[in-house]
Amino acid sequence: MLDTLIQGVLLGGLYALFALGLSLMFGVMRLTNTAQGDMIVLGGFAAIALGSAMAFVGPVMIGLLLVVPAFGFGYALQRWVLNGTLGRDPLPSLVVTFGLSIVIQNALLQVFSADPRSLDSHGFNTQSVALPGGAAVGSLPLLILGAAVACTAALQWLFAGTRLGRAFRAVSDDREIAELMGLDARKVYALATAIACVLIVIAGVFQAMRTTVAPSDGPMLLLFAFEAVIIGGMGSFWGTFTGALVLGLAQQIGFRLDPGWGIWIGHLTFLAVLMVRPQGLFPKTRG
Amino acid sequence: MTMAMMTMQHPPTAAAAPPAPLELQVERGNRTSRAALAIGIALALVGATLPFWGESSWMRDFVEIACYFIFALMWNLLAGYGGMVSIGQQAFFGLGGYAMLMLGNFAGVNPFVAVPLAALATAAVALPVAWVAFRLQGGYFAIGTWVIAEVFRLGFANMSVVGGGSGTSLTALRGIDKATRESTTYWIALACVLGSIALVYLFLRSKQGLALLAIRDNEVAAESQGIAVRRTKLAVYAVAALGAGLAGALYFVGNLRISPDAAFSVNWTAFAIFMVVIGGIGRIEGPIVGALIFFALNKLFSDYGTWYLLGLGLLAIVVTLFFKQGLAGWVQQRYGFEFFPTQRRLRL
Repeated sequence: MLDTLIQGVLLGGLYALFALGLSLMFGVMRLTNTAQGDMIVLGGFAAIALGSAMAFVGPVMIGLLLVVPAFGFGYALQRWVLNGTLGRDPLPSLVVTFGLSIVIQNALLQVFSADPRSLDSHGFNTQSVALPGGAAVGSLPLLILGAAVACTAALQWLFAGTRLGRAFRAVSDDREIAELMGLDARKVYALATAIACVLIVIAGVFQAMRTTVAPSDGPMLLLFAFEAVIIGGMGSFWGTFTGALVLGLAQQIGFRLDPGWGIWIGHLTFLAVLMVRPQGLFPKTRG
Repeated sequence: MTMAMMTMQHPPTAAAAPPAPLELQVERGNRTSRAALAIGIALALVGATLPFWGESSWMRDFVEIACYFIFALMWNLLAGYGGMVSIGQQAFFGLGGYAMLMLGNFAGVNPFVAVPLAALATAAVALPVAWVAFRLQGGYFAIGTWVIAEVFRLGFANMSVVGGGSGTSLTALRGIDKATRESTTYWIALACVLGSIALVYLFLRSKQGLALLAIRDNEVAAESQGIAVRRTKLAVYAVAALGAGLAGALYFVGNLRISPDAAFSVNWTAFAIFMVVIGGIGRIEGPIVGALIFFALNKLFSDYGTWYLLGLGLLAIVVTLFFKQGLAGWVQQRYGFEFFPTQRRLRL
């Protein structure tokens, strides 16, 4: 039982990384990125391609090498594509990100074939840390959980304690007034998506190390990320983090009961939270 | 044509003498719409005789395109008119298919009769589903409905009575010879297409349709005018589910085999979005044009597999960014054709 709980929390750590980018983009510009999952998979494949091209480089280095291109990709995507879709009507942004999702899936399928692949972690994924009481946890899942905590804390600090965070909150509250105060909302939005893409690539590298990535995985990852955001309650990164842990636990308990039910029970937990507490477990307006 | 008498009233301060009441005429149709009706009836009559002179591959193609079209028409109703963008309509497509199959295989209902019954059952399921889905709005509604579709997919994948993940066959149609089966399926498909167009068109021209457009344009303002927003949205959601269920039931009567992955595939909604966006969202001509374009592209390029899908995705992005009205909208603006007018035009 304890083992299931620990596994659930560790899985939740990974889901938190999936969800933070989605939470950030929705929080700043009310944009639902339906390509979130496919962008995570793209990040994973980019790491795999880089890893096979430079076999001597470790996975952490690969992750660091990908941060800058991810930031640039996110900035350009928002600045020149997604900014044109923002507005009261959610349809254009949904169609464009959904189209992007189909493009990424099929491009990956063309380049890498449908086979699942994973990133060589040079043996790190088999190491474990002994816990008092005889249990042992994998070093990699523990590192992922640590990274999720660090990213959540960093985002929260960015929002609450920096000039950029103040700009994010300002354009989120009222774009017109923020622009009157001298902010260029289009650039602020572009920075938000750029940061979201950095989080996405971190999530992708970890996903590719921990298990495998396949071009068709994206939608499933998107749904997990989305469920974590809604369970946690919109508007707080620690809420998203907690929502991810709840989802991870629910799935792990489900898998324990019957391997075919894990994801299903995760979905049902999400629907139950939606029915009982539609505002999420920890609703909070940011800032 | 409906005629209405209206009196225009100036604000009290505007004129000293009360102006004479103006006679206004409300136009609900135009020359192209009357021509479209005539052409449509003629096409339907010719189409109904197809089994006597056409090839069976034409009938199969028609049934398939009919399913895509009905599904897209209903997605257009939900998203383009109701403002509810859903990526989860495949839930009702699959439910319609499974309801038809279970009525046929287990309850002994003739599968052709089961098609409309399955559509009604799907609409009944949509009501409690809406109760959950309506807790989310905008983009989150879109993905929330997708989760609900996944719940149904995984649920049916775990039901061994309908074959679990590998699916099952429609055994109820055993003993009916191929020609009878194909022409009956074809006639039902034709009836479903005409019925769905009529249903959506009449709904949009009705008072509820007007209320729906008001809600899409501004929900708060609509509510302040006394429109029952929640009830109207619920009605639209149920009608859209009914249509999606009809499409699903029809598709699997033609296909004879069902599996959760095929029935609840997100591709159904992806193709519907593509057809509606290319054709023109928020107009009935949109899905008609979109379905024809989609079918042509499918015939010409589907052999290219991933490149074809990649192109569809790119085309959807480009059209959304640069041609928001779609092809039908562009034609209407450029040439003034309008085959299914739903607005009321005042003529002084």
